Amino acid sequence: MLGLEKKDFRLLMIVVVLTMLAPFILNPFPAESALGETFNAGYPDLMQRFVIFGIFAIGFNILFGLTGYLSFGHAAFLGVGSYAAIWMMKLVTLNVIPAIIMGVIFAGIFALAVGYISLRRSGIYFSILTLAFAQMSYALAYSVLTPITGGETGLQIKATDSPLLSNLEPGEIGRANLFGMDMRTSFELGVGDWLFTFNSGYYIAAVFMLISFYIAIRIFRSPFGTMLRAVKSNQTRMYYTGLNARPYTLAAFVISGMYAGLAGGLLVAMDTQAGPERMFWTASGEVVLMTILGGVGTLIGPVLGAGAIKYMENILSKINKDILHEWFAILPDGIEDFLVTIIYPFVGKGWHLTLGLIFMAVVIFLPGGLVEGGQRIARLFGRKKTKGDGEEATQSTPAE
Amino acid sequence: MGILEVKNVNKRFGGLQALGDVNLSVAEHSVHAIIGPNGAGKSTLLNCLIGKLIPDTGSVMFDGQSVLGRKPYQINQMGISRVFQTPEIFGELSVIENMMIPIFAKRDGAFRMHALESTMNEKEIVEQAEHMLESLSLADARHDHAAAMSRGNKRRLEIGMCLAQEPRLLLLDEPTAGMARADTNNTIDLLKQIKEERDITIAIIEHDMHVVFSLAERITVLAQGTPLVEDTPDKIKGHPKVREAYLGEAA
Repeated sequence: MLGLEKKDFRLLMIVVVLTMLAPFILNPFPAESALGETFNAGYPDLMQRFVIFGIFAIGFNILFGLTGYLSFGHAAFLGVGSYAAIWMMKLVTLNVIPAIIMGVIFAGIFALAVGYISLRRSGIYFSILTLAFAQMSYALAYSVLTPITGGETGLQIKATDSPLLSNLEPGEIGRANLFGMDMRTSFELGVGDWLFTFNSGYYIAAVFMLISFYIAIRIFRSPFGTMLRAVKSNQTRMYYTGLNARPYTLAAFVISGMYAGLAGGLLVAMDTQAGPERMFWTASGEVVLMTILGGVGTLIGPVLGAGAIKYMENILSKINKDILHEWFAILPDGIEDFLVTIIYPFVGKGWHLTLGLIFMAVVIFLPGGLVEGGQRIARLFGRKKTKGDGEEATQSTPAE
Repeated sequence: MGILEVKNVNKRFGGLQALGDVNLSVAEHSVHAIIGPNGAGKSTLLNCLIGKLIPDTGSVMFDGQSVLGRKPYQINQMGISRVFQTPEIFGELSVIENMMIPIFAKRDGAFRMHALESTMNEKEIVEQAEHMLESLSLADARHDHAAAMSRGNKRRLEIGMCLAQEPRLLLLDEPTAGMARADTNNTIDLLKQIKEERDITIAIIEHDMHVVFSLAERITVLAQGTPLVEDTPDKIKGHPKVREAYLGEAA
């Protein structure tokens, strides 16, 4: 179906269902409850981040997972995509589609230039070259390119902007839209104490994520994908088989740059601003972490990794001392204080510590990332099932 | 005029004359062995043939065209395939994928952006690869990781991958190095079979005299970067110069 094998199609369908039902899945607790206020992740801003950074990581995985080239400057393409998208909105139209397309195109062109030079080297030298390019872009965006990038303050849509194809009242601030539908339109559904938010921006980003995911599956399963894995496996044999590895790696680099540009364009579409900090090297490092945490070279891994990191960044970091005291209020004072003291370094501003520990545990015990963890659990259940019915067990392995 | 003509090739590495005035002619459809003691320049010569090294002077012609200055993949596309001393295969890929890659390369050339087609829908290529694996008796291992195979099977796969490109010249660099006797004999049989079934020229660098004398039709002896003698195996066996260079015997 859709040119996919059965197993891949099922994975795609699972992702479709999960993204479409995300407002329910991410809001498991009643809105007003203590748990709900802390752990509910089903608000538009965060859900948009889940899918947008999912796209970023899927694209990164096409390069890193298949060819093994570790780019340490991918945030630069995200930034270029953002700037291109916001200029499109400032100058031409407030519709998000042309802005996103511009983001993809500009990121692709920039990736072609950076890749052409960086791919002359492999291994650590390649990583350093891409890092250098990204930091250079960041520094330029921050300083001398201020007329284009807005420097430190970045770019926003202002009252003075009147895009060519819009009929704004003088002084009205333009809003990003999709053929007239505002990105911020939300529909709220209350069921009992639960409150679910369906946001148009999220669903648009989610559709882009599903398309990106589908294309990534096709690339993984194509002869081109096989060639990319061949590059990772043995370049000597590749050259002595009459194949030129350079155009293959460059194509993978540009594709993954375009994915980053798409993510950048979507960030602007959801929240109409762009700044240089988006290109900073920590942002490049974050996508590496997402991919490794989820599972390098797997289809669904990067999406899971992106979700896990964004969840921790936004949810774990919200937990402060007061919330902890509230949770343990039932316990005797001494024990309560003790538990809060123990847990506090791992939450709130200390969420990086938790992320670091989880990351280390995954790299050491689950080199295949969260996907490998899922496979191991599935195998555990699969073995139990074999005793009952043999058919099911073989089917319960996730993709890759 | 042979299919491969090496004329007056010199190669220096700093103060070391690795190759000095090497002349070599490999006749089409023959099995030509190049032997010599360690450090004789065998591998340097081979590297000059496939574009890994560029000789300081001299010419290397394949089928009337110079190979010098071409990139390894371009030389490969001219019809020269190489088997390495340690099998170079795609270890992380499955055996069948290993076999499909050279067939893709033969059909599509050095690069093709077939990113949205499905590998498994390429029926013809899958069929050809399956067929090759059967003829190498590797069909049972087709979904295994190539890296998990035995040394002997890796070598068979590598030779098979080279053959899948239908080369006119197959270069083998010590194909039985580090192999058990049984695997060595299997490899010899495989090469004999290839020779019989295919329209191919084979040039082989080898240390193991058992292999050389079972296969070669002509032998060139290299010593200190210069060809000492070139003759048929029978004559080489008793040649005094060869015994001197090779075994260190006083002639």
